Amino acid sequence: MVAKELESQTYNLEIVKWFAVCAVIYLVVGALVGDFIAWQLAFPSLNFDPHLSFGRLRPLHTNDVIFAFGGCTLMATAFYIVQRTCEVPLWSNKLAWFTFWGWNAIIVSAVVSFPMGWTQGKEYAELEWPIDIAIAVVWLSYMGNFIMTIANRRTSHIYVANWFFLGMMIMITYLHVVNSLAVPVTMTKSYSIFSGVQDAMIQWWWGHNAVGFFLTAGFLGIMYYFIPKQVNLPIFSYRLSVLHFWALMFGYVWLGAHHLQYTALPDWAGSLGAAVSIAMIIPSWGGAINGLMTLSGAWNKLRDDYVLRFMVVSLAFYAMSTFEGPVMSVKTVNALSHYTDWTIGHVHSGALGWVAMVSIGAIYHLLTRLWNTKIHSESLVNTHFWIHTIGTVFYVCAMWVSGIMQGLMWRATDDYGNLTYTFAESVAAMHPYYVLRSVGGLLVLAGALIMLYNVVMTIRGAGRSAARA
Amino acid sequence: MSFQEKLEKNIWGFIAMVAIVVSIGGIVEIVPLFYLDTTMEKLNKDEDSIHPYTALQLEGRDVYIREGCYLCHSQMIRPFRDEKERYGHYSLAVESKYDHPFQWGSKRTGPDLARVGGKYSDEWQIQHLKAPRSLVPESVMPNYAFLAEAQLDDTLTERKMHALKTVGVPYTEDDFKTAATAVHGKTEMDALVSYLQVLGTMVKFQEGRDYRE
Repeated sequence: MVAKELESQTYNLEIVKWFAVCAVIYLVVGALVGDFIAWQLAFPSLNFDPHLSFGRLRPLHTNDVIFAFGGCTLMATAFYIVQRTCEVPLWSNKLAWFTFWGWNAIIVSAVVSFPMGWTQGKEYAELEWPIDIAIAVVWLSYMGNFIMTIANRRTSHIYVANWFFLGMMIMITYLHVVNSLAVPVTMTKSYSIFSGVQDAMIQWWWGHNAVGFFLTAGFLGIMYYFIPKQVNLPIFSYRLSVLHFWALMFGYVWLGAHHLQYTALPDWAGSLGAAVSIAMIIPSWGGAINGLMTLSGAWNKLRDDYVLRFMVVSLAFYAMSTFEGPVMSVKTVNALSHYTDWTIGHVHSGALGWVAMVSIGAIYHLLTRLWNTKIHSESLVNTHFWIHTIGTVFYVCAMWVSGIMQGLMWRATDDYGNLTYTFAESVAAMHPYYVLRSVGGLLVLAGALIMLYNVVMTIRGAGRSAARA
Repeated sequence: MSFQEKLEKNIWGFIAMVAIVVSIGGIVEIVPLFYLDTTMEKLNKDEDSIHPYTALQLEGRDVYIREGCYLCHSQMIRPFRDEKERYGHYSLAVESKYDHPFQWGSKRTGPDLARVGGKYSDEWQIQHLKAPRSLVPESVMPNYAFLAEAQLDDTLTERKMHALKTVGVPYTEDDFKTAATAVHGKTEMDALVSYLQVLGTMVKFQEGRDYRE
């Protein structure tokens, strides 16, 4: 007990708590906006012009789930892990709070920007230039604090989870700065300094590495710390994690070009992107196996450890989507899948299956450690697990069917070589799958609300028992 | 002590190594696009009438970006038989050389728009933007009737052109001078329709020529 108190005096766990709670709130918001725009595609009368139309809300959804939910999760976990594994408190508490308030101010400005239509028009990098500058400053404060904490460490080696966080931080700095370069017109309007084919390549270098680094490397850092902690066993293979890390750092960067197969991007670039994409199955599966095998001898824990269930299923989705991705990067498959809902399904099997699940697992884990208490309701964690999993499966399956159907309907020709279907017919055929997808999203949203309730009740419970003591 | 172990004990060495390793792929794939001759297709005089967007088209393009049209409509036709039938000749890199940012898109919830210019009348486009389902019952596109009520801000157009000139779009003094009058009194609907009507019309393709060698 004394040790625990000492620890809470030195480590800055307060910042971790705040980021973790924000992450849960942004999960609810992101799922809410996401599900709303899903219903808009099924029932277009739900578009309320001009501020709440699909085209303005979609960037709000993507930016919220990636940078608000994902970002707050990464900041909570990185600040937690780096203190624990380096056995020192954060380098600067003031800087950490600057990161916290700065990041949240950026999120609020995004919530205002997108319905107003202030956008740079590049996917996942829509925020206008003044906010982009703020992002760079806040991001560097996060990275600087993380690096200096490692530099001050009491341990001799830097733990593997920190490698992944570092790789993510460095690459995101490159990507954000280069892809956001723009010439301003007003405070809310600017033009990318790049144009056409070069802009396309730079955008997808950014776009795929937002996935590869922000949503993969960072969350692998989470995986490498929280899975061993949750099962109370060391990571399966050190060698595999070294291979996983360097192969991922080197390889992921090349993949962006596979978003531009058969476009006006020169063929050599797309082929290079596809070739490295296929090779990426090896490190990705190496990492997934490394996480899963950590459970060897402890699989029975899955029976009653609901938090662990989230983590294990997240790795199954990670393995599945890192197989699906390379398949879709192959030119013959891409010719069918590109521009269709299959891509949307693929992203969500990664985002809902892998990123959200490993985050949710980590946050439930943190909840008991940070507030030094039991979770308010274990059975609600289990309910959340099932409702989230089923919602994800609904979503992904609906998009597989609709995506492949779109691809086939667009290319279908009759015996005389005429197109069999008009584009409008393919839109009409999507309707049932868009409804099914929205129902899947609704389940995910319900799960997120259950989590929020459980988190609030756990914290309130912890507050009451602390007051009694 | 292995190299890996040295890195694990030295944060600065680790950072330097990661910074180098993650930069390679991007450099190899991006930098050549700026200097390789083959990046842009070569067009002869008869084919090439690619010009910067006029004042009204530019304003229309900004409406297109603001409303997030690129999230559901691509502007990039691939060299497949069905796409040729449905949309027209496959897109060239030169066709978007003045597009800051590019608007190739990544999703076709609606059809490709790379060659929509001249395909429908202005009246059709306006009616379709106001109430898409009045013309295409299956459509899931939002209504954009409010664009017809929104006046353009003619004080900004010239500044926009100046900004684009600094990144290489060859606007002339004449373009700057006439910018405000060209958009004065026009609505966002007028601008958007004028942008849509120029899409894909700037190259006269020769039958049978392979533009991607």
